[in-house]
Amino acid sequence: MIEDSSAQTKTLQGIPVHAGIVIGKAHLVDRSRVKILYQYIVNDGKIEEEIERFKDSIKAVEDQLIALKNGMPERVKDHSFIFDSHLMMLKDSMFRDATIKKIRNEKINAEWAVKKSLEEIREVFGQIEDDYIRDRISDVENVTERILRTLSGDTQQSLAEINQRVIIVAHDLSPADTTELNIGKVKGFITDMGGKTSHTAIIAQALEIPAVVGLKSATQLVQDGDFLIVDGTTGNVIINPDDQAILHAQENQLKFEKYQSSIVRLSHLPAETLDGFKIAVSGNIEFLEEVAAVKGNGGEGIGLYRTEFLYLRNKGFPSEEELFEDYREVAEIINPFPVRIRTLDLGGDKFASKLDISKELNPALGLRGIRFCLKEPEIFKSQLRSILRASIYGKIELMFPMVSGLQELLDAKEILNDVKNDLDFRSIEYDRDMKIGIMIEVPAAVAVADVLARHVDFFSIGTNDLIQYSLAIDRVNEHVAYMYQPFHPAILRMLKFTVNAAKTEDIPVSLCGEMAGDPLCIAILLCLGFDSLSMNARAIPLVKKIIRATSMPQARMDFENVMSLNTAREVRSYVLEHIRSQFPELEERGYI
Amino acid sequence: MHSINLSFMEAIRKLTIRNSLGLHARAAGKIVELGKQYKSHLILKKNGQEVDGSSILSILTLSCPKGTEMQARITGEDSEDFMETLSRLFEQRFGEER
Repeated sequence: MIEDSSAQTKTLQGIPVHAGIVIGKAHLVDRSRVKILYQYIVNDGKIEEEIERFKDSIKAVEDQLIALKNGMPERVKDHSFIFDSHLMMLKDSMFRDATIKKIRNEKINAEWAVKKSLEEIREVFGQIEDDYIRDRISDVENVTERILRTLSGDTQQSLAEINQRVIIVAHDLSPADTTELNIGKVKGFITDMGGKTSHTAIIAQALEIPAVVGLKSATQLVQDGDFLIVDGTTGNVIINPDDQAILHAQENQLKFEKYQSSIVRLSHLPAETLDGFKIAVSGNIEFLEEVAAVKGNGGEGIGLYRTEFLYLRNKGFPSEEELFEDYREVAEIINPFPVRIRTLDLGGDKFASKLDISKELNPALGLRGIRFCLKEPEIFKSQLRSILRASIYGKIELMFPMVSGLQELLDAKEILNDVKNDLDFRSIEYDRDMKIGIMIEVPAAVAVADVLARHVDFFSIGTNDLIQYSLAIDRVNEHVAYMYQPFHPAILRMLKFTVNAAKTEDIPVSLCGEMAGDPLCIAILLCLGFDSLSMNARAIPLVKKIIRATSMPQARMDFENVMSLNTAREVRSYVLEHIRSQFPELEERGYI
Repeated sequence: MHSINLSFMEAIRKLTIRNSLGLHARAAGKIVELGKQYKSHLILKKNGQEVDGSSILSILTLSCPKGTEMQARITGEDSEDFMETLSRLFEQRFGEER
């Protein structure tokens, strides 16, 4: 038998971000730029045809841009100019006429002529002194990229069009891509880029879909339609596996699911240690649909409702009514437990292209979180109004993200008060005792936690960002992702300091980062004195199981030892050893 | 400051950028849009560099911050009308507040 070389088995190793094994067909999402361009000479007789082909592509892109522009919602129509300027560039003599001239005079194909025109424009723009105008070259690049895609017959794939259950293979998935995803059709994700806390990872966890990231070359090695085994537990990805590997994977899949369901069955029991020490365990959600999973897995409330999703849909900005309906529904479903709604944390890697915010060199340090809201008070107020209005339908608590100091908090509270006064004036009801808290995720906020604690009703520590900012690790950069260390003594000390500041002012403090769902961290978090832990729904049963098997006197002794260790590695191996001896099955199942 | 040569149907005028953002993409786009309503042709000139006023990319390459003075030259049968509306567009800071 001749072996089919296209179906060669290959194994890749990446960073596992959501446990579980999935077997299925690959769907390659090519979001990278058009890479291969060839120059070829066009016969004299075919030149006019080539020019027509170029003109047709302009027409096609024009239609695309007009459709995109018309698809923008009223509220952001003001920013539709970006499409107008793209449309103008498309027909600009410096681009259009110059390209036609090149095809005619140099007898070259349209693609190559387009590329040459772009190079010329790039050179002229490169000499412009004004940074802002010089950067408009990115608009020209965007337009030429569309033209090249059209010329090569490659229509841009839309993730919304996937109609078969597949494993998504992508270089990276942007938040905009993931909002477009037809969730029911995705079995798993694998990406070239990303680390444990990248956006893809968070989405995979929220949707409870096995995923492996940081594979570096998956998009080059996997062909569309290839058969894949993705092990979100070990980070192993097998391309075109043989029968034996498939059988083996199926067995593991079964074992995994059996174990998971065995702990889910016990998840309704309270999160209480052997000696009666209690802590609240709640869920992080990104969409309304996830509330059911939190409840089903034994979550006592929503500790973090990320509200960006509704803002990132392709349909554009949500209306106040839409937001109100959404928040009301979450509050009603989770009642009598509370839901903590985090106000808009747009910006950073969740780029706000829809608001036409210019590209930032360093988005994680840019206009995001509360800074963004304070700069766009109308957007902020609309969200605050809908949250306040929904607050009478259940138990809603409000928290502001990315607060770095007292002034920002006071400014945000002042806007909140304006909104409340306005509602009073219009005799609209809201919960007057709604609790107001902040996310502690900027190192500066930790340093002034004692000051901040006097002005809020609760703290919620967002460790994903806190670790990133404190250790200066870009969490999407796969080269430094390994340095993302929750067990770094600096992080443990910051947590301790923040919890103590909260205790001094007698306000509750919770943790809602990935750490809260990490089996290795639970004992430490219990000893630090957190009042609640919030995590993705799937992690709740295991965390509860671990809490229920913990004895506080023993845990406190271990904790003292842990706090005296000097490196993340030492801490990690210390807690790993403990959890291994206590729950030997966890390692086998890939939870740790 | 403002001279019209009837035999060539040409209008020339000095214009100043008054909006704080300068001649950015949106403002340049408005100039291009305006030009489409006239038969005459606009040439903008700054520091000896002349560009086609119907090309947004060319206008951008002039790189004009607030306060820049430039010369507008319009040739064609409705050059005078075009110049009037163009001057107004500059005066009104391209419809921007500042």
